[in-house]
Amino acid sequence: MKICCLVKEVPDAAVQKRIDPETKRLDRSGENTLNQFDTHGIEAAMQIREGGVVDVEEIVAVTMGPGSAQRALHKAVALGADRSVHLSDDVLAGSDVCATGYALAKVLEGESPDLVLLGQQSDDGECYTIGAVVADHLRMPSLTQVIKMDVADGKLTCERQAEYGYDTVEVRLPAVISVGDAINEPRYPSLKAIMGAKKKPLDTKAAGEVGIESGKVGEAGSRTQVLAINPPPEKEPGEIIEDEDTNETVEKIVAWLEERKLI
Amino acid sequence: MAGILVYALHSDENEFNANSLGAISEAAKLAGEIGGEAAAIVVGDVDDATCASLGGYGASKVYRAKSVPEGLAQPIVDAMAKVIADNDISYALFGGGLLGFEIGAGLTARLGAGVTMEVTAVRADGGKLVAERPVLQDSAIVDVGYVSEPAVIIGRLNAFDAVEGEGSDAEVVDVEVELSDFSSGATMVKRGESGEGGGVDITDADILVGSGRGFGGEENLAIARELAESLGGEVAATRAIVDAGWIPYATQIGQTGKTVAPKLYLAAGVSGAIQHKVGMQNSENIVAINKDSNAPIFEYCDLGIVGDLHKILPKLTEAIKAKKGQ
Ligand SMILES: Cc1cc2nc3c(=O)[nH]c(=O)nc-3n(C[C@H](O)[C@H](O)[C@H](O)COP(=O)(O)OP(=O)(O)OC[C@H]3O[C@@H](n4cnc5c(N)ncnc54)[C@H](O)[C@@H]3O)c2cc1C
Ligand SMILES: Nc1ncnc2c1ncn2[C@@H]1O[C@H](COP(=O)(O)O)[C@@H](O)[C@H]1O
Repeated sequence: MKICCLVKEVPDAAVQKRIDPETKRLDRSGENTLNQFDTHGIEAAMQIREGGVVDVEEIVAVTMGPGSAQRALHKAVALGADRSVHLSDDVLAGSDVCATGYALAKVLEGESPDLVLLGQQSDDGECYTIGAVVADHLRMPSLTQVIKMDVADGKLTCERQAEYGYDTVEVRLPAVISVGDAINEPRYPSLKAIMGAKKKPLDTKAAGEVGIESGKVGEAGSRTQVLAINPPPEKEPGEIIEDEDTNETVEKIVAWLEERKLI
Repeated sequence: MAGILVYALHSDENEFNANSLGAISEAAKLAGEIGGEAAAIVVGDVDDATCASLGGYGASKVYRAKSVPEGLAQPIVDAMAKVIADNDISYALFGGGLLGFEIGAGLTARLGAGVTMEVTAVRADGGKLVAERPVLQDSAIVDVGYVSEPAVIIGRLNAFDAVEGEGSDAEVVDVEVELSDFSSGATMVKRGESGEGGGVDITDADILVGSGRGFGGEENLAIARELAESLGGEVAATRAIVDAGWIPYATQIGQTGKTVAPKLYLAAGVSGAIQHKVGMQNSENIVAINKDSNAPIFEYCDLGIVGDLHKILPKLTEAIKAKKGQ
């Protein structure tokens, strides 16, 4: 079995994220890192490999992004992927969900995986949609937000929460699955794995090499257009207390609640 | 024709999801403004009268795909793609919910359509729809337009209010859908049911103690229960701790849980992610206790305490008990 894990480079959680008013795109200057949610996808792949029920020949990390996105791939490899593929091309810049999903599907087509794993969301885009877009292009069954996954006999038995509670769903392979962050506790990479990550094979692909039609990606291929960026409605900021002396803090909370007749 | 098609999600008891009904009302309003009709799509074996009742929320037509199962996205993508193509529909609209995300995403790929998710408002502008979407932890709102039709709009939970009007019954039109080969590759073994929360309905409580991963373990939830008891309230939860199996699903607030608006929502060890916020932001008073001063919940609480819940909660419970003379 071959597993492809989609991973994304996102601004570090500590970085104040903002949209560039000129380009109307996310300002990607500053520290970037591997999307935390994607580490659960890699861990899920590793657990399938180590589970021994099926033979996992290869775990491939795949990303689409600018040159710096290589670092996210190095991290993915340090966490267990065997090699990685970097789709990088100027024509891809400014791709919306529709275009990104199409482009990623094209790279994956070339890999013919038995299972594609994604994170539940990208920390910057927060679209929750790429998995289902990719699946439709690949014509594979799919499920998102999966928190339990057992593999056997060419199919997965998955659990995930939807509007009415936990569904149990059987998914035939090949399939595209996005995993929720409760599915596992990702391991820390060993120092040796971190050091070795840069030596593992990394393929950089241009759009044309994977058969991407340039009219379907980037700004030209995007079907949405950001018309304006506005600040959210003003809201009175809440009162913030730093807990230094807990007895005092508690007194303040109680007084606050009493004032509002909540006790 | 500029029609708008809404997916009306229903439970196994054929009860429509409140957010779907809200989306139908919203579609009816918008369709009037762009000169079209609002229609709904229902899958599964739902009787005529139940389908027709969607007219009350503003749907003029209800497309029913009887052979398509409810609950999994891909067969519904097949059904919606067909209805959209056959009826010259311009927009697919979804109320808040996980299935809406999956179906909307599938349609995006199938139709080469633009998609906007977590939409909090939609407006008509020159015969087209513009969606408003908060981004980056709600720190900015982008107006998104579409360069082509059909287009997909996925609402945020509770973004659209259901308005039950005088509307007459909707016309029910049966559609035959041929499923794609891969659409039946996922099959429902057991569909979720809300289950019991130990007899507690958190939507009825005046006071809720919201608990999250910050408690560190199931055993520590006792201090949340004691606090809730002292306040005369109930314990509610984030998805993180429901997924972890610490507490039943029936106590979950948020996107795929319940929507609450108590007099007091006191959250401890809850980061305040958007999917949680959408289920509790209408609480009258929000108090947050979190050790991370950067936690998103501090952006929208009324009183925030930066500190360790393990230190604060037991003392708070004691103090409240003392006040109440318990
Ligand atoms: C499609 C989708 C649907 C979702 N639906 C829902 C939903 O319905 N409901 C929901 O809640 N979530 C939902 N989520 C998940 C949501 O995005 C968050 O992951 C989740 O709400 C986080 O839960 P949490 O706050 O308990 O955990 P975390 O985000 O891990 O936050 C824990 C917090 O506890 C604090 N903390 C840790 N230790 C202490 C301490 N000793 N004292 C004080 N504070 C401490 C930390 O600083 C942190 O802020 C959904 C996600 C997706 C993608
Ligand atoms: N540019 C990208 N390259 C690779 N994977 C991506 C990219 N964007 C999103 N993904 C994957 O899709 C998941 C969901 O992202 P999103 O739909 O943006 O919330 C992420 O967790 C990643 O696994």
